[in-house]
Amino acid sequence: MNFEIPNFAPAVPEIFVLIMACAMLLVEVYRDQSKDCTIIYILSLVTLAIAAALTLALDNGKTQITFDGMFVSDSMSSSLKLFTYLITGAVLVYSRKYLMERDIFKGEYFVLALFSVLGMMVMISAHNTLAIYMGLELMSLCLYAMVAMRRDSREAIEAAMKYFVLGALGSGMLLYGLSILYGATGTLDISEMATIISAGLSEQDQLVLMLGVTFSIVGLAFKLGAVPFHMWVPDVYHGAPTAVTLFISSAPKLAAFALVMRLLVEGTGDLIEHWQSMLVFLAILSIAIGNLVAIAQTNMKRMLAYSAIAHIGFLLFGIIAGSGNGYASSMFYIIAYALMSMGGFGMIILLSKKGFEADTLEDFKGLNDRSPWYAFIMLILMFSMAGVPISLGFWAKLAVLQALVESGFVWLAVAAVIFSVIGAFYYLRIVWYMYFEKPADDVTPISSGIDVRIAASINGLAILLLGIFPASLTTMCDVALGLY
Amino acid sequence: MLDLPLLSLVIWIPILGGVAVLAVGKYSDDDNVTRWLSLAVSVLAFLVSIPLFAAFDTTTANMQFVEQTPWIPFLNIYYYLGVDGISMPLILLTTFFTVIVVIAGWEVIKEKVAQYMACFLIMEGLMVGVFSALDGALFYVFWECMLIPMFLIIGIWGGPRRVYATLKFFLYTFFGSVLLLIALIYLYIQAGSFSILDFHALPLDMTTQVFIFLAFFTGFAVKVPMWPVHTWLPDAHVEAPTGGSVILAAMMLKMGAYGFIRFMLPITPDASAELDWLILGMSVFAIVYIALVAMVQDDMKKLIAYSSIAHMGFVTMGFFLVFSILRNTESIQGAAIGVEGALVQMISHGLISGALFLCVGVMYDRLHSRSISAYGGVANKMPVFAGLMVLFAMANTGLPGTSGFVGEFFVILAAFKSNFWLATLTATTLIMGAAYTLWMVKRVLFGEVTNEGVAGLEDLNKRETWMLGTLAVLVIALGCYPAPLVDVFHATVDNLLIHVTTSKL
Repeated sequence: MNFEIPNFAPAVPEIFVLIMACAMLLVEVYRDQSKDCTIIYILSLVTLAIAAALTLALDNGKTQITFDGMFVSDSMSSSLKLFTYLITGAVLVYSRKYLMERDIFKGEYFVLALFSVLGMMVMISAHNTLAIYMGLELMSLCLYAMVAMRRDSREAIEAAMKYFVLGALGSGMLLYGLSILYGATGTLDISEMATIISAGLSEQDQLVLMLGVTFSIVGLAFKLGAVPFHMWVPDVYHGAPTAVTLFISSAPKLAAFALVMRLLVEGTGDLIEHWQSMLVFLAILSIAIGNLVAIAQTNMKRMLAYSAIAHIGFLLFGIIAGSGNGYASSMFYIIAYALMSMGGFGMIILLSKKGFEADTLEDFKGLNDRSPWYAFIMLILMFSMAGVPISLGFWAKLAVLQALVESGFVWLAVAAVIFSVIGAFYYLRIVWYMYFEKPADDVTPISSGIDVRIAASINGLAILLLGIFPASLTTMCDVALGLY
Repeated sequence: MLDLPLLSLVIWIPILGGVAVLAVGKYSDDDNVTRWLSLAVSVLAFLVSIPLFAAFDTTTANMQFVEQTPWIPFLNIYYYLGVDGISMPLILLTTFFTVIVVIAGWEVIKEKVAQYMACFLIMEGLMVGVFSALDGALFYVFWECMLIPMFLIIGIWGGPRRVYATLKFFLYTFFGSVLLLIALIYLYIQAGSFSILDFHALPLDMTTQVFIFLAFFTGFAVKVPMWPVHTWLPDAHVEAPTGGSVILAAMMLKMGAYGFIRFMLPITPDASAELDWLILGMSVFAIVYIALVAMVQDDMKKLIAYSSIAHMGFVTMGFFLVFSILRNTESIQGAAIGVEGALVQMISHGLISGALFLCVGVMYDRLHSRSISAYGGVANKMPVFAGLMVLFAMANTGLPGTSGFVGEFFVILAAFKSNFWLATLTATTLIMGAAYTLWMVKRVLFGEVTNEGVAGLEDLNKRETWMLGTLAVLVIALGCYPAPLVDVFHATVDNLLIHVTTSKL
């Protein structure tokens, strides 16, 4: 057997993140325990920045496959990775003070975050079902641990438990689906799988293949949090420390999108008629149940969790469209959503204090009297999530709807917008609480750190500015999916 | 002079001015600074909009003052502005009313003055954007975005049931507009661009036209509002602060009507011809039934709100009489009368209903009641006010010599060419309109002074006199000499009718 040294170049960012994460583990062990772990915090931000630079430098716009077909680097993976770094970096900035105030500002938090970023990177660049699964598990295991970081909190432990059990169930489904796919096609490689499927299989293998795809979709739906596999989402979002919720709700969605793209579109793209109809059910149910149940929530984190479910429905609509435009719109949507969701949970962190979680809707009452600026930022975020111009969220919805109508799914588009109108209510309710109600008894000024304030302001303004000039982001998504 | 991007200026001066007002409001404790700054911004925007009228070429139906720059190249969306004879007067009306509204809120609004003024200024820019956008996506952005400041205006400075009213307002209009969005996307995919002028030229088969017609109809009918989707309007009007009611009645309702004439008639002419009975029926129903509803209201704002719905019925009817007139007489000239009448009615109703809401506001500021029964004999204490209010009430009933007469007369004239019974039914409402308006005026203004509150009333101050006086002059001027306005419409309406009568099948 010939052994060839694989081309390491495309995977340099992953290798770098891995080395840095290990190094940080060592630093954590040997550092001066009497001081806090600011050094680890800074190291992790630097790591993300350098990884971003490496990714940018190595992106030559070509598709490179290496490690015997395990790993792929293309423009989609580069764009998604860049946003993963950006969002993770912002999440860390948001969470520093929050973690300190709750005594979980520990080196492990940042090490786990970096390992889970590594898992996302592997997912994004996976070109083999094994690599997909490896990346997914690396990411998920770190996230389970992060949810459980706050050991003295019952809710957090419960959430971690639920997340772990249901996550494991989802992983099991996916693994089962992947193994059936292997059985039917005889390969783990994504592009070989696509070639074999398009060459046509015997009727019996076709049936097996369908079973595999079905199980894979169930697994994916678990990971995405699409109805009816969404039960863990509200509990985990609610129970986890807000800083962790912030993380779970943003960056992993990008990786999950990549997973869908690699497995469904690149791998089993020829079976589109079959998985399309399954996704239609998932998408409609997600957008319906997500939006309807969100109305009944009084807890901000749970409300945003149901809103996440509804947004996943929209993401799936783009995939359902089944065209280059559709995939690009999905990618645009998920990036926009990650930014908005980060802003939304970031605002909760901004309003929280030591010993106080600003996570009920009531806590937003009278925010305009307390701080007109942050009320305005939240206003932008809420209208953006509702899809009202002029915000990023509107263009994301427009892109998905356009792709749907173009592919002839006008009725799906109509259903999507009608549920968006229903959804608009609970976003408006936040604006109502902020602007039309008086603040509760305490009108203490906002006491969060300057870094959180700057992050929230930039985050909100970015949503607004990208809403006024969305061309750069849409173009990036089109380039990433090779539409130019 | 003409090289200036006038439309962009009229859009962006108020929006950036609004942001400046917010900034000044944050760092200055003196609310008068923000008031004067807002007034300066709104007057500047009005002055900048005057050349649109002065330099307007009435002989052509082409778009004028056109600006076009790529905005989102991939989706073929342009920052594409331009006006024709239909939109130009509406832009002037918008800039004019914003000045009035800033003045109307001068002493009345005491809380969060900067935010109040900024909301109106930003909304002004967005409304001008709606009337001047020639790109479907740009239009939609302005159209939707405008809901945000209005939502806040009703919600923050409104009456006791403001939250209910503003949520209802937002969700109703949002529901209407998302279907509009789907229609626009569909047209984009067919035409390859979002340009409204390209939409006008796009051939569509009948089924498609009917669906697009219905989507547009939902979007615009909610905004007009037409019966039976009008129920948000009385609530919104009653709860909104005076300035909000004025903008709602004077401008926002016109947007729905503008949508009918900019989108529905030219883009789906065959479906419109086929389904004109639907709109005519709903218009007549609005005119008659809503007039009856108005009769029994005790809340003055509600009464004027219902009267607005009835008057907007004339507008939608005027637009859609075109088809039956053409079927009956084949005279384009006859059809043009209906459309022009409806357009005059839009402007005139803007002035009159705005003025009436201001009158109610003047009384409300003094006695904090909108109920008719809380007043009586106001004329004894406020003679100047009473004179002006009677004038506006007369104009509302369509008295010759006021602007209200011109529009309604034209529309009824056109209705007689279409269908005798339709016209008769419509004409009877002139009586009903007179009944509810004058009955209100009688109970509020005339008779003995009924209570102590009224006895203590003071007449208009200088600010209010100027505000209402200007409107009174405009109402009479337009009533006696509507020719400049009608001239502006002419070429555009003729061109529109050519579009409408050319089948797209």
